[in-house]
Amino acid sequence: MAKRKVPEINSGSMADIAFLLLIFWLMTTSMNVDSGIARKLPPLVEQDNDPGMDAHERNVLMVFVSGNNQLMVAGQRMDISGLCEKAKTFITNPTNDPNMPEKEMTDIPLLGRYPVSKGLISLQNDRGTSYDMYLQVQNELTKAYNQAKDELAQQKFGRSFTDLNDEQRKAVNKAIPVKISEAEPRNLTGGK
Amino acid sequence: MAQFKRNGNKETPGISTSSLPDIVFMILFFFMATTTMREVELKVQVDAPKASEAQKLEKKSLVSYIYVGPPTKALAPQFGTAPRIQLNGAYSSLNNITEFIASERDKLSEKDRPDMTVSLKIDATTKMGMVTDIKQELRRANALSINYAAAKDKGEGNNR
Repeated sequence: MAKRKVPEINSGSMADIAFLLLIFWLMTTSMNVDSGIARKLPPLVEQDNDPGMDAHERNVLMVFVSGNNQLMVAGQRMDISGLCEKAKTFITNPTNDPNMPEKEMTDIPLLGRYPVSKGLISLQNDRGTSYDMYLQVQNELTKAYNQAKDELAQQKFGRSFTDLNDEQRKAVNKAIPVKISEAEPRNLTGGK
Repeated sequence: MAQFKRNGNKETPGISTSSLPDIVFMILFFFMATTTMREVELKVQVDAPKASEAQKLEKKSLVSYIYVGPPTKALAPQFGTAPRIQLNGAYSSLNNITEFIASERDKLSEKDRPDMTVSLKIDATTKMGMVTDIKQELRRANALSINYAAAKDKGEGNNR
């Protein structure tokens, strides 16, 4: 019986295969992406220039986190799960409640005249508060703002906030400005 | 019509290895493009808290890092377990932050300086007293754009 020839494997396309793999990896891998919550610190100015000081009472939502990680919102103890909802109602003030923040009609490109809330969230913490709790509170507040922005974006542009283009996003950001003021820290428990 | 003559040599030819260098090069480029060198060795344990609203940190070249947390296990016998601040490669104190920010700012080009961001990688167990001190120092150094490092919490993605 004659020996049959084994056909050679064509390796000419190996490079192409390698290229495909390379491109696939490049598109899909995200190596240790850093993520976090972005904040702007207020510039260092005189203490009495704090915007929380001269604001009307109805325009300020006091959020206080105590040294043993308990949350107090507007003078009442609260669980963290309720904070987002509370903050959102405060920001948007859907019923124009006189106890909730005032609104000021402002001209915003793309949106026209929009009642911009004057609400300000004043966040205060103790030196003994754990960072974890603090960040959870920041997270809930961010979530409240994001939800409010999302709702406005849906209502005006029919898309969620993340899908808007730059100009629309700028308009929404102007309509719902993120105002979280952090007061100078208190030291109640003497913890360091 | 001319016919090619088949010679009797019917051995199986080996797989061509001429493209092997290309493949190796590609892998090399892949690693070069994707790895970000960690310039500093972490001397503190940072177990960042989780947050559902965490967003990706853009433009890594403009970001400086401040690490805060208890010393790593290997260094704990020597330095204890109280949270410490790490700047660049070494433990630091609060007073050095201003200097650190100034030197980081100097590294950036003139037009990038306003966009400089400081990422605070802080362990979840740290007390706010320390964090507040750092924030005050950053305000003093006029580094106002900060980012609290937090792991993206995927479990709560639906209530966004």
